[in-house]
Amino acid sequence: MSAPELLTMTSPDVGMPYEWSIGIYGSKFFQEIRAHQRFVGIRCPQCGKVRVPPRRVCGTCFRELDELVPLPPTGTIIAFTIVNYPFIDPATGLERPVPYTYGYIQLDGADNIFSHIINETDETRIKVGMRVRAVFKPAAEMQGNIQDIRHFEIIEVKHGE
Amino acid sequence: MARRVAIIGTGQTHHRSQRRDVNGREMIHEAVQRALADCELTMRDIDAVVIGNMDHFEAINSVDTWSVEGSGGVMKPIMKVTTGGTTGTSVAIAAYYHVASGMFDKVLAIGWEKNSESDTTGAIVTCSDPIWDRYSYSGAIPSLATEASAYMEKYGATQRDAARVALRERTHAQNNPYAHMHGRPLTLDEILDSPMLAYPIKLGDICPRTDGAAAVVFAAEDVAEKLAPRPAWIKATAVRHTYSWFGDVDQRTGLESLERAAREAYAAAGIKNPAEDFDVAELYLPYSYAGLKWIESLGFCGPGQGPQFIWDGHTDMGGKIPVNPSGGVMSTNCIGATALLRVAEAAIQVMGKGGARQVPDVKTALATGFGGCWWSDVVILGKEKPA
Amino acid sequence: MEKIAIVGAAQTKYESRKADQTFYDMVFDVTTAALEDAGLTLADIDNIITVSNDFLDGRTISSMAVGEAAGAHDKNISTVEGDGTFGAFYGAMRVLGGFRSTLVVAHSKGSEGNPQFISNAMFDPIYHRPLGLDTTSAAALQANAYLTRYGITEEQCAQVAVKNHGNARHNPLAHQPLEISVEEVLRSPKVADPLKLLDCSPVSDGAAALIIGNEEIARKAKTKPAWVKGVAHCAEEYFLGDRDLANPKALRDAAKRAYQMAGIRDPRREIDVAEVYDAFSYMEPLWLEGLGLCDPGQGGQLTESGLTAMNGALPVNPSGGVLSAHALLVAGLARLIEASLQIRGEAGAHQIPGVKTALAHGTHGPCGQSHCIWILGES
Repeated sequence: MSAPELLTMTSPDVGMPYEWSIGIYGSKFFQEIRAHQRFVGIRCPQCGKVRVPPRRVCGTCFRELDELVPLPPTGTIIAFTIVNYPFIDPATGLERPVPYTYGYIQLDGADNIFSHIINETDETRIKVGMRVRAVFKPAAEMQGNIQDIRHFEIIEVKHGE
Repeated sequence: MARRVAIIGTGQTHHRSQRRDVNGREMIHEAVQRALADCELTMRDIDAVVIGNMDHFEAINSVDTWSVEGSGGVMKPIMKVTTGGTTGTSVAIAAYYHVASGMFDKVLAIGWEKNSESDTTGAIVTCSDPIWDRYSYSGAIPSLATEASAYMEKYGATQRDAARVALRERTHAQNNPYAHMHGRPLTLDEILDSPMLAYPIKLGDICPRTDGAAAVVFAAEDVAEKLAPRPAWIKATAVRHTYSWFGDVDQRTGLESLERAAREAYAAAGIKNPAEDFDVAELYLPYSYAGLKWIESLGFCGPGQGPQFIWDGHTDMGGKIPVNPSGGVMSTNCIGATALLRVAEAAIQVMGKGGARQVPDVKTALATGFGGCWWSDVVILGKEKPA
Repeated sequence: MEKIAIVGAAQTKYESRKADQTFYDMVFDVTTAALEDAGLTLADIDNIITVSNDFLDGRTISSMAVGEAAGAHDKNISTVEGDGTFGAFYGAMRVLGGFRSTLVVAHSKGSEGNPQFISNAMFDPIYHRPLGLDTTSAAALQANAYLTRYGITEEQCAQVAVKNHGNARHNPLAHQPLEISVEEVLRSPKVADPLKLLDCSPVSDGAAALIIGNEEIARKAKTKPAWVKGVAHCAEEYFLGDRDLANPKALRDAAKRAYQMAGIRDPRREIDVAEVYDAFSYMEPLWLEGLGLCDPGQGGQLTESGLTAMNGALPVNPSGGVLSAHALLVAGLARLIEASLQIRGEAGAHQIPGVKTALAHGTHGPCGQSHCIWILGES
């Protein structure tokens, strides 16, 4: 007996649209970017940690937070990776262009890590510990989402500094 | 007062990259039939079913109700438990509480995934917060890569050290006829020469995507002793899903959730010196660097000593504490089943049913789960009935 | 079975769109409110069960978004995907299995996704999804099967909608308190024959939490405990064509086992109030039949006769039921919370006097494929 022909079915290419609420402090985060091209974190009065993005609760202390702390658009690379493999980006339904660099960035004044894209894909030119700065879209093009930050760029340090 | 609970049977599919010959329900059914056969029960004997997977890999909403004809859940209590990569251990722990509570005597735990049915990374990307992380996140690999690079930075571990872990997993898989990578051995050089996916992770350092299912039968004390010549008793379970935000996890320390879960489970099971007290471990190691760092979090060796511990052969078959005789996650990764396979394989070792992958005379076995936002589950099994 | 009880609970107000609140916000609010209700702190809570659904939230591992907001940072936690009554069932098993207490919290925001897409995804991708089947059209099939089998009329179903929306006027958390007539229900726009708009529950945003404790925790809590006397669940076949949609046999089985556990022999006489999952008006009489509270085919007359009214012999859904507020996953947990409030005597304006035994019911899966029944008592 010959092997049976086995069929599969491809799902129609339909988007599943969602409209997610960002919340009070998350909204402030994006508003601060638009108004002042800087970030805002939130401080826990119990453990003292400043976390970004700002959220309502300190999970460790299970305590409601309300003390917003302005943070500069600069930070340090804690870890990074240069992504080389293709995958379907759920945001677009298309393959995301590679390579691109995914970075773990500790913003100055924050105790936790913020992740975003770093515009350096040459592994010889990027290292853990390097200083980076956020590059924002022009205010008029901002939409109140994470892409209002275009990417982070490495701050060139002149020799001897 | 919780009742004593044991695993009395396990079943799994022969894991493959794609199972076009069966739909999800039919694949689940294969594992269920094998688990029932293993403890000589029929579906009629089962009191309740717990099942888990990750919704977006197959795009099926409410898998528990969709799967009843395959899971055996028709006219039985069914429940879906799902927590990402830890789903399999969450399902096992849920089955444990089904029995420990006194509500049910014989409970079937099922984990499954047909990862071939969607773009695995595309589906995993949606686990990241849609507001904050989804734009830059690109799935599990870069996330793990950040941990690996931080560990290398701190202790000087190398890509070669990681490849030694990958070599162990792939070598062990050759003893496990169910493993996806069975029949496909690799050498250290082949692993080191494999393509770079996201520095420092190469193709040879990361788990595959697999179609497969696992099923495990949990039973109450009196039933277990009647039905199984050597039940695998549950000695302790512990869960820490510590963080909700990726950015709150400090990659420069040990795996905090695993340290906390292990501490709690070790205390409950009387484990003082894990590398000596456990006879075998089935660890959820989704990539090679975890095999260096997370055995430190589990206390097998001190911080930074992972690479030496691996090169000394302590985790190989015949070593002090063989890790992943099954070949582990890097040899089989049907995600909703993956952590349940760790529990099943640990039970197989305690029950002495491991065939070519059996570690001699296993009294105490460790299984772990990993997933979500750097979450960890720990399950300890033993030959001796717990006090 | 050891004694366990519901010792505290909280719900948000149910609304069509909570635009200012994330899942995290809602879960934090009901978690803290449930602790406050019980007079307990997070230190009294040993473990957490969250209830969420990846399709509803538009996020894989949807539980990741809420663990911290539910207080789970250094605690054992798990997640049930399904109606909140099933999450509570796991929570109860964890207390019986060794923990002192479990906090169970469910959330959903129907406003954020597309309900048709999401419910269509519950149906078989090969055979049924392409036909466009969703929970509403499937329910219409079931309604037709049930009404035809027993000659139950659309008027009788409309009476259920009138009663429950009317009851909701006494529940400040309800989404749709309405003063409507049978005529208005019958004349409301046809959604899927025989279902009219007012036969269907709204899509709501909301969250709810409850705390299940052992005797030690029940003593410590400041509330009057609502003791769990019986609980059971059961599922039937998946494909609608494999089932008798007019005969909810899984519900019968779950009810039988829950009654047995609770020592209930004559449920109609022994149950003082019931909160059932009336996602559509026809479901209330159909589920009451399945629960053995009347004979098959007799469900349609219960509203007409006044038996299930607030002042009837067996009040059903004094809160307004799911018809008046339907946050998916949360709705069954809300039934359980309402039943516990009836036992406590703290249901406010919709309190039924002298409740000693209360029944709560949740369903999961298309057309009530799986049911979970809880019997609560005051001692």
